[in-house]
Amino acid sequence: MKIYRLHALICAGTQCISAGGESFESALRDELKKQGLTDEVQVVETGCMGACDRGPLMIVYPEGVLYQKLKPSDAKDIVSEHFLKGRKVSRLMWKEDEAPVPGLEQIPFFARQTKIVLRNCGMINAESIDEYIASEGYTALAKALTEMSPADVVDEMKSSGLRGRGGAGFPTGIKWEYAAKQNSPVKYLICNADEGDPGAYMDRSVLEGDPHNVIEGMAIAAYAIGASQGYIYVRAEYPLAIKRLETALRQARQYGLLGQKILGTSFSFDIKLRMGAGAFVCGEETALIHSIEGKRGEPRLKPPFPAVSGLWGKPTVINNVETYASVPVIINKGAEFFRKIGTAKSPGTKVFSLAGTVNTTGLIEVPMGITLREIIFDIGGGIPGGHQFKGALTGGPSGGVIPLQHLDTPIDYESLGALGSIMGSGGLIVMDERSCMVDIAKFFLEFTVDESCGKCTPCREGTMQMYRILSDITSGKGRPGDIEKLEEMGQLIKMTALCGLGQSAPNPVLSTIRFFRDEYEAHIKDHKCPAGVCKFSEAKTEAAIA
Amino acid sequence: MKKHTVIEDLHQAQEKDRKHTYLKEGNMQDVANGCGVPASQVYGVATFYTMFSTKPRGKHVIRICRNLACHLGEAESVVKALRAELGVDIGGTSRDGEFTLEESSCLGMCAVAPAMMVDDKPYGNLTAAGVRDILQRIKNEG
Repeated sequence: MKIYRLHALICAGTQCISAGGESFESALRDELKKQGLTDEVQVVETGCMGACDRGPLMIVYPEGVLYQKLKPSDAKDIVSEHFLKGRKVSRLMWKEDEAPVPGLEQIPFFARQTKIVLRNCGMINAESIDEYIASEGYTALAKALTEMSPADVVDEMKSSGLRGRGGAGFPTGIKWEYAAKQNSPVKYLICNADEGDPGAYMDRSVLEGDPHNVIEGMAIAAYAIGASQGYIYVRAEYPLAIKRLETALRQARQYGLLGQKILGTSFSFDIKLRMGAGAFVCGEETALIHSIEGKRGEPRLKPPFPAVSGLWGKPTVINNVETYASVPVIINKGAEFFRKIGTAKSPGTKVFSLAGTVNTTGLIEVPMGITLREIIFDIGGGIPGGHQFKGALTGGPSGGVIPLQHLDTPIDYESLGALGSIMGSGGLIVMDERSCMVDIAKFFLEFTVDESCGKCTPCREGTMQMYRILSDITSGKGRPGDIEKLEEMGQLIKMTALCGLGQSAPNPVLSTIRFFRDEYEAHIKDHKCPAGVCKFSEAKTEAAIA
Repeated sequence: MKKHTVIEDLHQAQEKDRKHTYLKEGNMQDVANGCGVPASQVYGVATFYTMFSTKPRGKHVIRICRNLACHLGEAESVVKALRAELGVDIGGTSRDGEFTLEESSCLGMCAVAPAMMVDDKPYGNLTAAGVRDILQRIKNEG
């Protein structure tokens, strides 16, 4: 193996690429060639490093210096100063209080995270199975296959307390046990990578940055339930994730980690990739199953649950990307290790994509039970431009807004539920006083109206009616009684819609009414938008009065 | 024998003709024959998913993200610039047949909002002036 003096890790996640990462990388490679350093400095393309709004990012080891917002013209300075003379280029380094920070571990954004799912993201070349194996990859699969029975794996998962990271939080081990008990010669395993929640990109980052981690988790799950065929259903909007998954699947087959008689045992398992085609509802498990079957992605009533009757009527376990990505660590280090992180009812870590008006946005992984205040102010660095925190939205169109007075609520499934929101898959959008909560509610209802599959009446018609009322309120045509009507319809849809998406669609409205009722009232009674977002034309205001 | 690859086959059929990325009646009939399912079912699938189009589209498909993070950012001015530059509304195709302008509910690029994809390529931190340059570059590249 070749030894290099320096390693330049360049983030090749979608967001750094979109900010111009590829042109920086080619400029850096040119410069290295020019200076004759190609044998001394190894350039590695990694997955997402996390601080996405500071991209394109590069970390240089052994020092661990983080360079940010790189342009092709910066390559020359970095090579001639840092790589040749050992002088760090401070103008490009990460700054805290305007002082350049020498290494990653001194940056709060990174230092305050706990990485299990993202342990390899931004650290290894995502297109190299060797690098994954070198960081203990596939050892959990080997352990499961050679030292544990399928029932042992299920037991370990049950004692770990891992809950579904797709949003609903169903205990993973119990789901697997249910499927394992089904007496059927054919069973399937599905990975839900149809991440469609506005504001969420955790799963894409994991797939782009560490695809083998997901494949390994799936293989362990397949062994536990007795499935020999798996599917990864990934949304077509993620072409880079699809490309890296294809590469990873090919490599795993070449190495005998997928296919017949894996690692010389009697266990055989392979994975097919299935692409979505732009339908939010396909994130719902029964809709997703229909989509894999080549049909319209419409949900169906449960029960029967997929664990009993799923893909082509066979017992099927369906978990999301982050859930599978948590599995190898649990098997390797044990349920006890996992339980030490997080809270009693929500053990482990959660990945969030931090977005909106916060100083550092990007991908983070934190222990469950952390408060929203710690995430936004300690990790994210607070609200920029002297603005005031107003609320944070979790769970996207199925969730709600957590207001200022609940900033110290611990992040776990139960606490968020009690506030009328949900954990969701991990989208976290921060808003300041310039955001109008009625406008936000309208925004999400518009999304639901667009994305409703149309199968059941409460969701198809009900969300449309709620959207109309919200449109009226935000254009100065609100009427007394509108708030009560929204609450009544919201409750009705929650109780009667067919699938989880419909049932949770009213959440953004109900949650903003609960915490920001005065804002709704100001729109209706005073024809005023306190945040100054909604524009009421005179004519409309008159119409409302008349 | 029924095949379950209706969606994959539709993706392939749609991308085969790089100049017209949409599904013609013949494409859908071929997929139906290949999969052994009724043409009506294939049409139902093609019209259910937003990334399939049964109407003619341009050479490149622009998907501008309309997610909340983009909404809080400057997405509106970017959409306005795109509409003015292409002379079309959302869903329309520019007269030279180069671009079709579409929306996406979320591209998952919130840290670099406002964002868009043109075909398979992501673009972030968009500004009204910036998108004009991007379109010009894509046009020149052909």
